[in-house]
Amino acid sequence: MSEKDVILEVRNLSVHFDIPAGGLFGGHKVLKAVKDVSFDLHAGETLGIVGESGCGKSTLSRAIIRLIQASGGESKWMGKDILKMSPKELVGLRKDIQMIFQDPLASLNPRMTAGAIIAEPLLIHYPNVNKAERTARVAEMMQKVGLSPSMINKYPHEFSGGQCQRIGIARALITKPKLIVCDEAVSALDVSVQAQVINLLMDLQKEFGVSLLFIAHDIAVVRHIAQRIMVLYFGEVVEIGDSEQVVMAPRHDYTKKLIASVPVPDPKEEMKRREERRRLRREAAAAAA
Amino acid sequence: MPGITGKDQVLSTYADKLSALDAPKGRSLTQDALRRLTRNKAAVVSIGVLVLIVLVAFIGPYFVPWGYSQVDWSNIRKPPNFEALHYLGTDQNGRDMLARVLQGTQMSLIVAAVATLVSVFIGVIYGAVAGYFGGRVDAIMMRIVDVMYALPYILFVIILVVMFGRNPVLLFVGIGAIEWLTMARIVRGQTLTLKEREFVEAARASGAKPFTIIMRHIVPNLTGPVVIYATLTIPEIIIAESFLSYLGLGVQEPQTSLGTLISAGAPVAEVMPWLLLAPAAVLVTMLFCLTYVGDGLRDALDPKDR
Repeated sequence: MSEKDVILEVRNLSVHFDIPAGGLFGGHKVLKAVKDVSFDLHAGETLGIVGESGCGKSTLSRAIIRLIQASGGESKWMGKDILKMSPKELVGLRKDIQMIFQDPLASLNPRMTAGAIIAEPLLIHYPNVNKAERTARVAEMMQKVGLSPSMINKYPHEFSGGQCQRIGIARALITKPKLIVCDEAVSALDVSVQAQVINLLMDLQKEFGVSLLFIAHDIAVVRHIAQRIMVLYFGEVVEIGDSEQVVMAPRHDYTKKLIASVPVPDPKEEMKRREERRRLRREAAAAAA
Repeated sequence: MPGITGKDQVLSTYADKLSALDAPKGRSLTQDALRRLTRNKAAVVSIGVLVLIVLVAFIGPYFVPWGYSQVDWSNIRKPPNFEALHYLGTDQNGRDMLARVLQGTQMSLIVAAVATLVSVFIGVIYGAVAGYFGGRVDAIMMRIVDVMYALPYILFVIILVVMFGRNPVLLFVGIGAIEWLTMARIVRGQTLTLKEREFVEAARASGAKPFTIIMRHIVPNLTGPVVIYATLTIPEIIIAESFLSYLGLGVQEPQTSLGTLISAGAPVAEVMPWLLLAPAAVLVTMLFCLTYVGDGLRDALDPKDR
């Protein structure tokens, strides 16, 4: 498969939630969490999705792989619409698309050992693999993500946050998927661990050639890992393009604001920017009044 | 495993190496809880007493010189008499009270254990299914529970007894059929919070089927509340059984249960107190112990709730 092949094609995807408006007969309001989102994802590519909290990033990612039901649009995986797949096809799809979650500890079942957690997708998609081979594969994968295979019998609460996230990554990679959706995969980790995990993801991407859909609210992180960036604002795509272009020459005002909100490691510079933000806010307030 | 990589040979040698590797066992949540439980003195003592009661109830009858239905014509309505080997006296029919208390304890324990198992089994599955699927399934399943709750269980048991005759199995069915309702509600509530956790979503994302998710991810994480509630259900069932037997709906003569013994002893408590005191003492001890064990388990399994 060449770099140019489109593996995921999302067209006009929207997700609406019904919210009861209250009252005995009071109907419901519709919350449009994702509105008409379209994009392509190429094989081996990383697409970053950024936006502030509550702008629909996670909803979008779950709708694409049909963990929640989309209200309209298409999400084509290798030319086949995921939203119209039969349950059987869907199980096959789950082998090719895996997910990494935000909270490292919460995404691991506290009653299962690290080995059992990593082996689970294998157990689902390759039920006739024997136990020895499964253990071998789990151990191999643990080594790849930087965990010692001797930790195979430990429980999640015995690991640190970064190690838990490595377990999550190992679980996502064990079926050799073609796409991994990383939903705020590093947001809950502290900065030094974030860097480790991101570099690990990039190394593994090189090794396995998976595509990543990398969701984050921190544009600096996304810029580091993604070739292309999509900016989401209240469920709408405001900008999509190569990451350098989006970061260095943003076209949309919201993108500019988002970039301006990234802290700079220089107190004087940061102070100046804070002044600037205050001024903007005052102006906005004055304009509103 | 064909299809993923062509490195099967490499992997098999790796597997061999791995079997030689010593991977230290982790400490599971259950082991943690057990450690906390063993530090709780009241709970440990209670467990000891309970084990003793169970052992004595099941092994004791072989060492007692009198059978529970055997009549000693020379000793009727006699207080404890060590020479005649009636250590707890005899009842109005000349039967040895010690033998009868042991048999009664046995019966009460069996009823409690079976009914609790039934209620845990039905309750956990019902509650987990209702909670996990949610929506309309949940609404219908829980309304059925509400309706069952509204039925007085005494009436339910009386109907069963009238229809099928007196039979200890009916006791299990009758009591179990009522006790699982509360269990189902508790389990459903817990499932509702569990299914929103990310590890359940992770399992869904990797393609696990709903039933697998319920059995592998939801049910094991319910251990805490279920174990706690089950230990607190046992005394409730013993009391319910005693109550039914007291009404004459329970165990049939010559077999007996703690409730039957107490109900027989209560009217004559002033003239023949030994008929009431022995079974009542056993029942009270058991209930206290089970409550302490339940409390201890709650503290051990949910340390944050203390």
